[in-house]
Amino acid sequence: MTESAHTSDRPVAAAQPLPGRRSRRARVWRVLRKAPPTAWFGLIVIGLYLFVAVGAPWLAPYPESELVGGAFEPWGGQFLLGTDQLGRDMLSRLIYGARNTVGIAFLTTMLSFLLGGGLGLMAAISGGWLDQVLGRAVDVLMSIPQLIFALVLLSILGSSIVNLIVVIAVLDSTRVFRLSRSVAQGVVVMDYVEAARLRGEKLPWIMRREILPNIMPPLVAEFGLRFCFVFLTISALSFLGLGIKPPTADWGSMVRDNAALITYGDVTPLLPAGAIALLTVAVNFVVDWFLHKTSGLRE
Amino acid sequence: MNPVLRTILQRLGLGIATLFVVSIIISLTIEMLPGDFARAVLGQSATPETVAAFQREIGLDRSPVVRYFNWISGVLRGDFGESYASAGSLAGHRRLVAEMIGPRLLNTLFLAGAAALIAVPLSLFLGFMAALYRNSFFDRAVNVVSLTSISSPEFFLAYILIMFLAVKFPIFVSLASITPNMPFLDRLHAIALPTLTLVLVIVAHMMRMTRAAIINLLASPYIEMSRLKGARPMQVILRHALPNAWAPIANVIALNLAYLVVGVVVVEVVFTYPGIGQLMVDAVSKRDLPVVQGCALVFAGTYILLNLLADIVTIVSNPRLLHPR
Repeated sequence: MTESAHTSDRPVAAAQPLPGRRSRRARVWRVLRKAPPTAWFGLIVIGLYLFVAVGAPWLAPYPESELVGGAFEPWGGQFLLGTDQLGRDMLSRLIYGARNTVGIAFLTTMLSFLLGGGLGLMAAISGGWLDQVLGRAVDVLMSIPQLIFALVLLSILGSSIVNLIVVIAVLDSTRVFRLSRSVAQGVVVMDYVEAARLRGEKLPWIMRREILPNIMPPLVAEFGLRFCFVFLTISALSFLGLGIKPPTADWGSMVRDNAALITYGDVTPLLPAGAIALLTVAVNFVVDWFLHKTSGLRE
Repeated sequence: MNPVLRTILQRLGLGIATLFVVSIIISLTIEMLPGDFARAVLGQSATPETVAAFQREIGLDRSPVVRYFNWISGVLRGDFGESYASAGSLAGHRRLVAEMIGPRLLNTLFLAGAAALIAVPLSLFLGFMAALYRNSFFDRAVNVVSLTSISSPEFFLAYILIMFLAVKFPIFVSLASITPNMPFLDRLHAIALPTLTLVLVIVAHMMRMTRAAIINLLASPYIEMSRLKGARPMQVILRHALPNAWAPIANVIALNLAYLVVGVVVVEVVFTYPGIGQLMVDAVSKRDLPVVQGCALVFAGTYILLNLLADIVTIVSNPRLLHPR
């Protein structure tokens, strides 16, 4: 967004297609090829998780919550990773966990962005009392640690998956609100937003067509980070026995249920915990690289 | 009035106001109680009379305003009300929330304090080194390790530590149970693993934030200026960078100590440490609201206090505010 954007020769140059411009796919490939190994690692891991989450019913050797053997059977043989405390196949539950845990965390993050992002843009565009009221409300919500607030709300509403998603999404949307409001404020003062206002466009149109495309990069990066945070919070709550409830296969509660095995030197409970860690590491690596790319040559 | 003092007083007022609003929110969340709550606490076999008596006891028949003032005036006198564990039962065994929270809060502060004592100097050192030797191998290695540590759930780190330091090589114990009359050294031995877990988590955060703060600072023009005029590297850091670095560093420390307050919840449950976090989790699963509210208020209070402290240190250490023109 430099001064030259306003000079008259710019639109002419943009009107004619540049010679030798590559197709979209080729451009994406070019960027990817130059990505550092950490980013590649992250992308591959995320792809793998998606594959497992989508293909869970076909990949898992046993159903999600059926008792197929004795409790705590060892690895190998009929059950590749043994069975859990009730005799359900560990590997199958790990695979279904990818679908449940990651799916719920993703839904929550989406909801949080719809809420926080929407309100943030509205506050930035409208300003005035709406901005003030929302800003102060968010200040107060953010002055209580998120996990503590979630615990209070869940103790009152009772813990079910819907409650979990709504509570975490609302609490997390405060951060999204802050970010989207502050980045949108830089765009709201632009001439083209003023022009859209003057020609009588409504608020949703300005939000979607004028502001949003210009603040996408920071929001996408934030989405990755918020997803990690939400994912870890939900896992922590499930681990504490207050999140996703059995018999739904979920990584956090799987760690809790099988934790006793650790004292016998069995690594099985570490698998779901490791699955959580691996995905967050992968997302973080990709976000790191993405931030580096979109922020230009800051360092 | 001195401008520094005035700003500090303003922040203090703001902090108290926030705490007040937070207490209102914590108290008002009861309004969202679903109708069948009394039965959920008392069990399905409760008679309508017991339910009515219970609802009267927890004050559902009074207006929220009256209930709030009853609660908050009690809290200000150190009385957090009674646990539901005693409500409903006709036997006169009453459990006061304050008595439940008190000793456990001390245990938690002990654990968090031990973790902070190790983590703060360590992470400041690592952060400084990473910033000074930016893009070196050391910097990259620390970056990857800390990113991995941040991304792992606390219980993952905790169980890995148990696996290696308590089961494979039994150096420490996996159950951090401490009693009031335990010798100090035994206590330290008992909390070694939870402390180590917390240290791992917050060192990663704190180190990354310190690194970012220092790099940000070293990029400012006056540092460039002092380099260009030929000051020695050590002098640049100590005389020019450090006075301005206190503010961001204090911020980093306070933010992470505040984070510690929350991180302690999961770690306490893993190691069955008798702290306030475990108390709160138990109370939430039993839906014991007075205990939940009491714990939440204590947590929120600590959190707000630490952030306030960071604000004040930032103001006090700001050379521009201290030497107004």
